[in-house]
Amino acid sequence: MRDVSIVGVGMTPVGEHWDKSLRELAADALQLALKDADIKQLNALYVANAFGSSFSSQSHLGALIADFAGLSGIEAFTIEAADASGGAALRSAYLAVASGAVETVAVVGVEKSTDAIAGARVEARNVGLDADFESIHGATLPALAALLMRRYMYEHNVALDVFEGFSINAHANGGLNPHAMFRNKIKPGSFARAPMVADPVSLFDGAPDADGAAAIIVTSSERAADLVSRPVKIIGSSASTDTFKLQDREDLLYFKAVEASTKAAILQAGLSLDAVDVFELHDAFAIVTTIALEAMGYAERGQGWKLAENAGAELGLSGRFPVSTFGGLKSRGNPVGATGIYQAVEAVMQLQGRAGENQVSDAKTALIQNLGGLASTAVTHLLAVQ
Amino acid sequence: MSLNGTGSSSGSFLMQPDRKVGIVGYGAYIPRYRLPGSEVARIWTNGLSGSPIKEKAVAGLDEDVTTMSIEAARNALARSGIDPKEIRAVWVGSESHPYAVKPTSTIVAESIGASANIQAADWEFACKAGTEAVQASIGLIGSGMGKYTLSIGMDTAQGRPGDALEYTAASGGAAFLLGPADEACAVYQGSYSFVTDTPDFWRRSGENYPSHGDRFTGEPAYFNHTMSAAQALMDMMGTQASDYTYAVFHQPNVKFPSRAAQMLGFTGEQIQHGLLAGVIGNVYSGSCMVGLTATLDVAQAGDRILMISYGSGAGSDAFDLVVTENINKVRDRAPKTQDYIGRRTEIDYATYCRYRGKLKD
Repeated sequence: MRDVSIVGVGMTPVGEHWDKSLRELAADALQLALKDADIKQLNALYVANAFGSSFSSQSHLGALIADFAGLSGIEAFTIEAADASGGAALRSAYLAVASGAVETVAVVGVEKSTDAIAGARVEARNVGLDADFESIHGATLPALAALLMRRYMYEHNVALDVFEGFSINAHANGGLNPHAMFRNKIKPGSFARAPMVADPVSLFDGAPDADGAAAIIVTSSERAADLVSRPVKIIGSSASTDTFKLQDREDLLYFKAVEASTKAAILQAGLSLDAVDVFELHDAFAIVTTIALEAMGYAERGQGWKLAENAGAELGLSGRFPVSTFGGLKSRGNPVGATGIYQAVEAVMQLQGRAGENQVSDAKTALIQNLGGLASTAVTHLLAVQ
Repeated sequence: MSLNGTGSSSGSFLMQPDRKVGIVGYGAYIPRYRLPGSEVARIWTNGLSGSPIKEKAVAGLDEDVTTMSIEAARNALARSGIDPKEIRAVWVGSESHPYAVKPTSTIVAESIGASANIQAADWEFACKAGTEAVQASIGLIGSGMGKYTLSIGMDTAQGRPGDALEYTAASGGAAFLLGPADEACAVYQGSYSFVTDTPDFWRRSGENYPSHGDRFTGEPAYFNHTMSAAQALMDMMGTQASDYTYAVFHQPNVKFPSRAAQMLGFTGEQIQHGLLAGVIGNVYSGSCMVGLTATLDVAQAGDRILMISYGSGAGSDAFDLVVTENINKVRDRAPKTQDYIGRRTEIDYATYCRYRGKLKD
């Protein structure tokens, strides 16, 4: 296995791109990443996408996007793991390059959520849940997150507003990010009073589905050194799975896949948990962030919410534990299959000192974690600059 | 039509007729029944959801677009003081014409005493069918083909039970009797239309209720067309928001026109008299037209008004008007828009179902 690095990044704004199709968004991000890396030759294109078939009636995105982006002939296909598609595609690119079989890979994450509207979008998105045991009964991802949150509040005897710091922090950072979907601030006290999406998950809690595309160029660290001045090395990469449906979990309030993939990635990187400077976590719901922090080992069981105390002060760009530095899923938005690649792009910008107003000072190591479903899939990567 | 070169790249699209045209008479009609938004929420969301408006106007059992158009037309005729035999066209814009085939306009024309020597037709362009008929009237009168025309925008809008539109889809509208500028209470300075193929809202033949594109109805539909039409007209007229006393927008709710106004630089004071959606709902083809009648009811000579319609499918008509001294003569000759808004009988959801024919065997 050889070392692997990221040499170029690109992304479109996250939001409602009414005038852009799936392929146009993907090509836009891809071109930005190729320009950033200043290369034209690629050996493979991996597409991260979750719901192209159900949102846009379009699958077979590898050849589609390769052709549209002028890369026809290249090896290209889609990697899908629901909301964790981006992380899974990044891991696939890492494995392909590390193995020596492929020299340079472009990974483009793309989602066009607005191709489906209202009830049709809910149905289209539900294909990521268990069709026979969850969606058929009317379950949705927010509804299942609400079950988790309600149980957590009961078991650990906490009120709804203890989670507010996660959303306040995400929107404070997203407000500085021109690519973020919702740049408004969330005031302390408003989280628990916001209209309910699936009680107790409120409008100020659940991340908004969105359109967007992000791309990265991955190559061998040896080649990377010749291409750019500050390549970002992938020092840890791991994916893991948990029981698919929530009802099968022995412990409802723990994410086994998160624990496993975090431990493996940290071990591979040869780091300790506290050596990480920047975190991009899968903050689709505050309860997911909370349980993930506990499963990763950053908080004791039932204590994850404490990291968000004082309106998320510790999570801020200059805090002890910077999370969602560009707004996270909550404020930047959740272009589902592309989200894991947005996380990678944002981490690279942090590590290269290119994060502008969102910069965390002296960021040397970043952890990005992308989850599918309610952590039925967890993909964790550790990135570093020398 | 003369072409106005204002230096703007789109200057040649400004519409100004060879002879100036104005509003000689105007009339509103809003039915008396009101369905509060809280009633819709009570039935469909156990009262949990908010309503985009306070209440909407609902046509009674014996009312439809034809009867309401006649009411508004009579008010417009009364204000104008002209002989209905002098009218050269009767055009009714609506998306709820009672007949699929058989014009509303001929019934209206004969009912108000117009002659048989007229143009008569029904117009359809979602919510801008009425203002499209106004653009056509400016053309007909401005070219000298006729002295007076009647352009009506009137609807008994359909909202599928339980749909988001049911809170706002309302009944009402207005009639405008257009004629030569020297007889007018408000004179058109210029107008402009902006249309694209944007499928944000539609109702296919044979269907009872419209379909809509959810959030697609916002930015790429309402806002794109409203803002484009308003900005282009102001650019071509060489004006800005502060040059107008009032602005009137198509109002599917309160939020959209308020935001469009703000983005264009208008203040709350400039739109307050013409923003009625909160208390009557979205009266579709009649929406900005009753906004204009309510604004004319309070306007003074010299006031300048910008009016922007929006119709799904999609497009906007933009008009620049200046009020004349005649406003003081005509204003009190017919009931004012606020008189109709004040004439109010609240109904519950069950009565609404009966009045609007929601109950099927």
